[in-house]
Amino acid sequence: MTELLQYVITGVTVGSIYGLIALGFVLVYNSSHVINFAQGDLQMVGGMIAVAVLTAGLPLPVAVVVGTLGGAVAGFLLYKAAIEPAGDAGPLPLVVITLGAALVLRGVVELIWGRGYYSLPAFSGDEAIQFLGVTIVPQSLWVLGLTAAVVVVLTYFFNSTKTGKAILATSIDPDAATLMGINTRRMKLLCFGLGGFLGAVAGVAIAPIAFTYSMVGLMLGLKGFVAAVLGGLGNFKGAVIGGLILGVTETMMSGYGASDYKDAIAFLLILVILIFMPRGLLGASGVERV
Amino acid sequence: MTNMNEAVAPAQSAPIATPPALKLKADSLRRLGPVVALGLAIALVPLIAGSAYHMHMAVMIGIHAVIAISLNLLVGYAGQISLGHAGFMAIGAYGTAILSARYGWPPLLGLGVSSIAAGLLAFAVGRPILRLKGYYLAMATLGLGMIIYLVISNEVWLTGGPDGMSLSVLTVFGIELDSAGKWYWIVGAILLLTYWMARNLVDAPIGRALRALEGPDALAASAGIDISWNKVRIFAVSAALTALMGGVGALYSGFITPKSADFMQSIELILMVILGGMGSVFGAVVGAGIVTMLPQVLTSLEHYESLVYGVILILVMVFMPKGLVPTTAHLIRKFRR
Repeated sequence: MTELLQYVITGVTVGSIYGLIALGFVLVYNSSHVINFAQGDLQMVGGMIAVAVLTAGLPLPVAVVVGTLGGAVAGFLLYKAAIEPAGDAGPLPLVVITLGAALVLRGVVELIWGRGYYSLPAFSGDEAIQFLGVTIVPQSLWVLGLTAAVVVVLTYFFNSTKTGKAILATSIDPDAATLMGINTRRMKLLCFGLGGFLGAVAGVAIAPIAFTYSMVGLMLGLKGFVAAVLGGLGNFKGAVIGGLILGVTETMMSGYGASDYKDAIAFLLILVILIFMPRGLLGASGVERV
Repeated sequence: MTNMNEAVAPAQSAPIATPPALKLKADSLRRLGPVVALGLAIALVPLIAGSAYHMHMAVMIGIHAVIAISLNLLVGYAGQISLGHAGFMAIGAYGTAILSARYGWPPLLGLGVSSIAAGLLAFAVGRPILRLKGYYLAMATLGLGMIIYLVISNEVWLTGGPDGMSLSVLTVFGIELDSAGKWYWIVGAILLLTYWMARNLVDAPIGRALRALEGPDALAASAGIDISWNKVRIFAVSAALTALMGGVGALYSGFITPKSADFMQSIELILMVILGGMGSVFGAVVGAGIVTMLPQVLTSLEHYESLVYGVILILVMVFMPKGLVPTTAHLIRKFRR
């Protein structure tokens, strides 16, 4: 029982990270119908910048803030430099552009920091907390807290602010939104920036638990994408829940034996979901059968 | 140049009433011309290739070109993308290697069986998923490809794991196929055959049906086209052909590792199609050439490799979203007017 609880807690921590990355995918997908394959690398950029700022001798809180803002800036740049100039190129060329952007981000990071492995110190010490016989690292609580805070703020943002509603309108019908006087380009820009910010939050929060390095974004990005699909790509709540389910399933599987195939869980889940419940777990609208 | 014919001819022949017999002749010429041109190009390469390394690159380009053409049928004519074609390549490569090295099958039988197996797997996965509208095949193939990659990396007893496994030199009719020079002609023949079939397919009823799939599905359906069945068929054929070339590549190089099955390999295959031009058979060949040679050219840049690769992708997509070949053909047409 203790073991099970331990796995759940570890799983939820990892799952929160997947959920944050998945949220970034959903934001960009809703606003521009682009699957942003650079999402995982935006996460990596956030972690790397935070490490760099800390190594430069600045205090940890500054490093954390600069790292997350760095992710947002990278997201803005991606939109301004590559997505916007492509105009109405259609979804496939845009997807290729994000793949190109992922390579550029990886390339720039390798140029500056090389291919080494880096990590941040834990935000509030390494002394594990014992609770009902379960060991919890304080950083886990930070990850959970940050994810919860992001979800609360995003919910408020989309339900109660003008900009948030404008983004929703853009994602539902860009043409109608334009007619209502919404600057849809600006909303898309904002979504890419917000996506980069969410990715970077994930990157900075996980950096004390797992290493960050130039290639880390590839697998994490794919897992975040799987989480988004699990939740029915396009659904904010679904993205977080998808991330949690993926994280817990993965930890359980590796905990109870099949650790070689830990990474396969995500991809097996995606096949099962698509074949048996294509609307995702929460049933996003928009899946049509032909 | 070749693609220009593909795009221009129908527009020009439509308004002028050409006698049916003449039109038929012009049609078959139009179809045969590029095939003959590619045949000549294939025949000429060994004359200008300066070294064994050049021949090696030519063989690799040929293998990739066949895969790109098969993938382009799916992307260009069914409007679906696959992010797991490296997985099918790996089924061909590892299937051939395992069946011949571990179970003593004749390599060519192993190659045939693994290609068919890949086709059947694609059929089984594609059947339920291609009934859905949207890019769900991309996600499913992403999952499938990653699972194949992980199985190959983990099942060390069968596949050798990350260390890879080696294949013995293939002997056909008493000839030892032990050099790029010999394989070149085999791969060249397969490429020419695939190119010819793909160009014919474009104009055959199934090709027209497939092209209709690009547009609104309701329109295709109202013209009596079984949409999902056609998509599944082309996906299965594409997977089988890709596995075949994966196996050919394995027999040629004599050594395979899981790296050839990873996600980036799938991405490179998709890049060949999109860079060259979606829906253009010739574009697939050009794309295969560029993507195969680019890393070789970029190795001299060492630390900048991934950066430069990324920048090139972005620039091409921003300025030529339709791909190199269709955009160039369009420019030439504009210039001539």
